[in-house]
Amino acid sequence: MALNCVVCVKQVPDTKRITGEAMTEEGTVNRRALPAIFNPEDLNALETALTLRAEHGGTVTVVTMGLPSACEVLRDALVRGADRAILITDRRAAASDTLATSYILSCAVKKLEADIVLCGRQAIDGDTAQVGPQLAEKLSLPVISYVEELVGISDGKITAKRNVGNGWEVVTCTLPALLTVMETANTPRPPAARRVMKFKKARAKSEVEAMAADLLEGDYENYTAELKATEVEKYCANLADRGLLIEQWDLDDLEADLTWCGRSGSPTKVHRIQSVVLTGGEYREFAATDDGIAELIGELIHDHTVG
Amino acid sequence: MANFFTDNDDIQFLFEHMDVRYLAELVEDGFRFADEFDFAPTDADDALDNYRRILTAVGEITADEIAPTAEETDLVGNVLGDDGLVTYAPGIANAIKVLGQADLMGFTLPYRFGGINCPQLVYTMSNEMISRADASLMNIYGLQGIAETINAFASDQIKNDYLPDMASGKHTGAMVLTEPDAGSDLQAVKTQAYQDDQGNWFVRGVKRFITNGCGEILLVLARTEPEITDGRGLSLLLVERDPKVKIRRLENKLGIHGSPTCEIFFDDAPAKLIGERQRGLITYVMSLMNGARIGIAAQSLGIGEAAYRVARDYAHRRKQFDTAIENFPAVRELLVNMSVDVQAARALTYFATFSVDIENAALRKIELGEGAELDAAERKTLKQRARKHKRFNTLLTPMSKYYASEMSMRVSNDSMAVLGGSGYMKDYPVERHLRDSRITTIYEGTSQLQVIAAVRGVASGTAHTIIENLLDRDWPEEIQGLIQQIRDGLAVLDEDVAFVKEQGMEYMDLVARKIVDNAITLLVGALFCDYATAKDQKKAVARRWLADRMPQVHMNHEVIGSGDRQIISDFEILAGPVPVAE
Repeated sequence: MALNCVVCVKQVPDTKRITGEAMTEEGTVNRRALPAIFNPEDLNALETALTLRAEHGGTVTVVTMGLPSACEVLRDALVRGADRAILITDRRAAASDTLATSYILSCAVKKLEADIVLCGRQAIDGDTAQVGPQLAEKLSLPVISYVEELVGISDGKITAKRNVGNGWEVVTCTLPALLTVMETANTPRPPAARRVMKFKKARAKSEVEAMAADLLEGDYENYTAELKATEVEKYCANLADRGLLIEQWDLDDLEADLTWCGRSGSPTKVHRIQSVVLTGGEYREFAATDDGIAELIGELIHDHTVG
Repeated sequence: MANFFTDNDDIQFLFEHMDVRYLAELVEDGFRFADEFDFAPTDADDALDNYRRILTAVGEITADEIAPTAEETDLVGNVLGDDGLVTYAPGIANAIKVLGQADLMGFTLPYRFGGINCPQLVYTMSNEMISRADASLMNIYGLQGIAETINAFASDQIKNDYLPDMASGKHTGAMVLTEPDAGSDLQAVKTQAYQDDQGNWFVRGVKRFITNGCGEILLVLARTEPEITDGRGLSLLLVERDPKVKIRRLENKLGIHGSPTCEIFFDDAPAKLIGERQRGLITYVMSLMNGARIGIAAQSLGIGEAAYRVARDYAHRRKQFDTAIENFPAVRELLVNMSVDVQAARALTYFATFSVDIENAALRKIELGEGAELDAAERKTLKQRARKHKRFNTLLTPMSKYYASEMSMRVSNDSMAVLGGSGYMKDYPVERHLRDSRITTIYEGTSQLQVIAAVRGVASGTAHTIIENLLDRDWPEEIQGLIQQIRDGLAVLDEDVAFVKEQGMEYMDLVARKIVDNAITLLVGALFCDYATAKDQKKAVARRWLADRMPQVHMNHEVIGSGDRQIISDFEILAGPVPVAE
């Protein structure tokens, strides 16, 4: 049975490369100070989808919500083997929290007739792990979160091994279903050179508009707005013919209820942000003897460092 | 995320400075492939951007995936099972898989066979990074010349049958040349190839020291003409892995433990003839070996780069007598010599590879029927270009292999000097680099053989031509002093060449190393001066190189000009008797 997989991915600041400018004065993430990368566990979700396609046939569609610059991760997904890439971008979606984001993504997934929806377990910027399960709830799909291993698919059911913190369990549910995938599930394949050479040229319409003066021929600056739009359409049609158009949807395309999107759809309120500075203070020495080690272990258990 | 391309200023500088654009135009042959393959580049900018992306990808895979496994690979090596099958070290097996997924195992193969059609220069850069991560992996990754040989000389049927699986990394190959009694002297190969009544080929015999002999595709040099006892009786045959191909043992080596070195018994194994009979050694293997020698030069660069970095870092951190040891003149001298040595070997190897690319592209167009619409004038130009660069490459290839491999030994040895006792321990990778480096001056032709091959090119005036071509331009004022030193050196070289030619072959071979070393000093000096016009750091490197090496040119000149043959005439006295076993 061929499977249509939809993978939700996110472009995130590389929080492994924190520098002094990583936080704004208001305590939010300064996205400009950090390189933007493919959220690591979303790569594991994509790899799971690509493996499923290799075994069962079908398609892999990648969806992201963000600014046009998020096309970078969509190109990366195409390079790694995705069949189709969709950018959801709309100013009215700005400031969406996990609830609004999962609502908007659910509107997109509904249009895609997915057999399996895959998400990374969590994104490294917010670390909430909420969007995947919330998306399942909005789509009325069963969810298997924290997937470490896909056991198999048969008779319209999927079985997976999931991490439950202090162990694992194997669960089965009916398809369609949503999975959130952990880093330990697989090793994402590297970008393939031939696909790099092809899909580096993939663009979404908003990117074409931004780069129109460079991309399009002729005296573009003096074109009328109408002519500019026609030229952009022509360029996009050409990209589409070559399989290089990243589809672009806005909230109207999704037929989304705007009250559930952006700021109005986001009940999360940041109450307070505390900057925790860890500093060295007192220290104790333990003798390198059995007694000393026992004392050290007792101390660590006592202050809940272990145990 | 570490990256062996983006963290290497010198490789990046050479990528930008050398005329890679010209190579792109050559290999893409007017960018005509873009019509057939949607990923092929449409112009030179597109191709250069591809190369940069590909090298960045190689840099990431080598740094993040491969380098961390090198230590374990060195420890566990490969295993020959009772079933005669060889199991790679886990790091090697994973690397081959990942490099195949990344489309990097058909680096220079045409698009139609699943390759990415890159110039040799870009492949050489990738080879260097692979080797920096794990020198022993290069022995498998760097065997892509086998697929190139099939592409250049085999029938379309064989190309179609074998190349796509090699490009995808599903199959790896081996060049199966050496035998117990045929090492440097391949003309002595005894392995037989014969045909049955139906015309099917079979191979019978023993081959030894075969790198990756457990690979799926073996190119075997064998005697098809029993009545011709020299190289003209040898042909090249393709043998697939088969129960009739028996791996009898894996060698227990000093270094490159990830590379399986096999002894193979061909028990009437089925084979296919590559190209024409009797051209096996004289045409096909020579071509294969030339590519492989550039490969070993690149492997040496990777080892040298890796060993240098450990020493540079250590000397900065290690404190003795209340100061970092990098502050002592003796350590500074070691580090500066190492750094310049690596840059010199890279300059020479990349320059040679650039020239190889020009020859290959011209040959492809003439011989492979890829330019059927050539008119007579174009054909003539291409033939001249191919001939000219073939002459250059006959000198530059052994020169690069010799210099780079000796450099990797010097640099890893000096790296150990910087680390001292710590370097001698297994705790640091330097002892591995030193062990790995030692083979580079031996296989694919020993340094002694490379020198003999190169000295012919110096004596014929080819070295002079190449150096003169490099010098013949307007130089900025500040570099003219260095150029004058090189010009003076060139006059010395010419004088030495004229002298040894009068003295005859034996004398030429006796002083070959000194002559070749002098030619290398001048050639690399000219390259460094060229780089100095584009990058300030290279001005200092050029000055340092000439300050260090020019006195040696004059010293060598004195020895060469003496005509002294005592080493030959007094050999028995000086070397003493052969030791007798008690």
